[in-house]
Amino acid sequence: MILAQQIISGLATGSLYALAALGLVLIFKTSDVVNFAQGEMAMFGTFVAFTLLTSVGLPFWGAFLLALIFAAIFGAGIERIVLRPLAKAPLISVMIATLGLFQIINGVAGWIWGYELQPFPTALSGAPITVAGIVFTMQNLMNIGVAMVIMFGFFLLFKFSILGVAMRAVAENRTAAKLMGVPTDRILALTWGLGGILAATAGILTAPVTNLDINFMATLQIKAFTAGVLGGFTSLPGAVIGGLALGVLENLVGQWNSQLQTPFAFGLIVLVLVIRPAGLLGTIQKKKV
Amino acid sequence: MLKLQNISASYGKIRALDGVSLEVPDGKIVTLLGANGAGKTSTLKVITGLLHPTGGTAVFDGHDLTRSATHAIIPMGVGISPEGRQIFTHLTVAENLKLGAYTRKDGAGVKKDFDWVLKLFPRLAERVNQVAGTLSGGEQQMLAIGRALMARPKLLLLDEPSLGLAPLIVREIFEIIKQVNAEGTSVLLVEQNANLALRVAHYAYILEVGRLVMEGPAAEVRQNPEVKRIYLGG
Repeated sequence: MILAQQIISGLATGSLYALAALGLVLIFKTSDVVNFAQGEMAMFGTFVAFTLLTSVGLPFWGAFLLALIFAAIFGAGIERIVLRPLAKAPLISVMIATLGLFQIINGVAGWIWGYELQPFPTALSGAPITVAGIVFTMQNLMNIGVAMVIMFGFFLLFKFSILGVAMRAVAENRTAAKLMGVPTDRILALTWGLGGILAATAGILTAPVTNLDINFMATLQIKAFTAGVLGGFTSLPGAVIGGLALGVLENLVGQWNSQLQTPFAFGLIVLVLVIRPAGLLGTIQKKKV
Repeated sequence: MLKLQNISASYGKIRALDGVSLEVPDGKIVTLLGANGAGKTSTLKVITGLLHPTGGTAVFDGHDLTRSATHAIIPMGVGISPEGRQIFTHLTVAENLKLGAYTRKDGAGVKKDFDWVLKLFPRLAERVNQVAGTLSGGEQQMLAIGRALMARPKLLLLDEPSLGLAPLIVREIFEIIKQVNAEGTSVLLVEQNANLALRVAHYAYILEVGRLVMEGPAAEVRQNPEVKRIYLGG
C-alpha cells in the first residue's frame, strides 16, 4: 500500500515534470532552440493568473484559462520578437538570448509583483479521497487530471490535425515544409505559443504547493530538463514518460531517504545517459544542413 | 506560363546563375540539363522563392515570383519534388501526401486527388500508413512526386527524379511524368540524365556554370553533335 501510495504521489509530481518537459522538447524539436527561459515564462504566466484571481477576483478556472491565453501570446511574441531575428545566428547566441530572457522576465516580474512569497489558491479544495487504501489528495488528482487532459489534447493535435502534421514536418525538415506551402514562421510562433501554455499550466499547478515568488519554478525547471533528457529530448512521448518516471522514482527514494531524493534522480539520469546516450526514446540528433 | 528573363542569383559572393532566361509554355515538358553545380537546382530555388535573384524577372501565371515568399508561390499552382526528394521520413505516406495539399481549401478535391495519386502509384497505396522512412529509394521518389501532385499544380517542378534509382523504376516514374503531363500539367524537369530527359521533353535548355549555353526542341538538341559528345556519352 505504501508503495502504491508513493507511486500515485510520484505520478502527481511527475505530471508537472512531464508538462514542462513537453514544452521544452516541443520547442527544441521544431525550432532547435533550448529554451532556458521557459521556467520564467511559466512563472510570469502564474503571476498573471495570481493577479486575475486575487486583484480582479475571477473564479479559478476563468483565471486559469485567461492566463493560458496570455502565456500563448507571450510565447509566440518571444519567438517573433527575439528568436526569429536570430534564426541564422550561431547556436551559442541563441542560448545566450534565452538566458538573457530568463533574467529579463525574472527582473520585470520582481518589479511588478515584488519578492515576497505569496500563497497561491488551489482550484479543488476538500478532503482527500481514499480508494482501496490509497489516499488521493485533491491537489494530486488535479495535477494528474489536468496534465492528462492537456497531453491528450496535444496527442490529438499532432496525430490528427493537418496543423499538427505540419508542425512535425517543420520539425523534421523546414525547407521541405516551406516547399509544401507551409508558412514555417507562423508555425514556429505557434509552437512557442503552445510551449508557453504547457509551461504556464505546470506553473499554475505547482504554485499551490510551493507558494509563489519569482524563483518558484527553478527546481521544477531543472527537473523538466532532466525529464526531457531522460526521454531523449527529441521525443514528445519520451518527455511524458521521462517526467512521470522521474516523479515516481524520486518519490520512492524520498520515502527511504529524503535527503538522497535529488542526488538519486540525477544519478539515474547520468546512468541512463551513459548506457543509452540518446535517452529512453530519443534518436541521435543528426545535424540538419 | 512560367517565364524567367535574365535571372542572376548568388549565394553570398558565389554566383550561381548569370542571366538565365527560360520559358515553360502551357502543357509542355521542358527539361533543364547540365552537370553538377551548373545551376539547375538554383533555378528551381528562384522559382520557388527559396533564393531571391539579384537581377532579372520571373513571372508565373501573371504573378511576380521574385518578390513572393514560398508559402505564397505554392498556392499559385506550383508543385515541387525537390532535390534529394526530401520526404518527411518520420511521417506516414498518407501524412506526407496530405501536407502536399496544405495550401488547398477544397477538401473534397483533396480527397479525390489523394485517391488519384494512390492510383498513379499503386506501391504507395500498399504502404499508405507506413512511416515514409521505411520506403525504398524508388518509392520515396514516387512519394515526393505524389506529394507535389497533391497541390494540383499547373506547373510541376522535378529535381533529378532519376537520381540513384534502378533503370526499371526510373522508366516507371518517367511514364507517370508523361501521363501527368498528358492530363494537362506543365513540367519543368531538371536532370543529369540527359538521354532520358530528352526523350520525354518537348523542349530543352542546357546550363553550364550558371549560364545557358544551348536551347531548342528536345529532338533537335538530341541530335546536336556536341550534346551527343558531352551529355549523351557518344
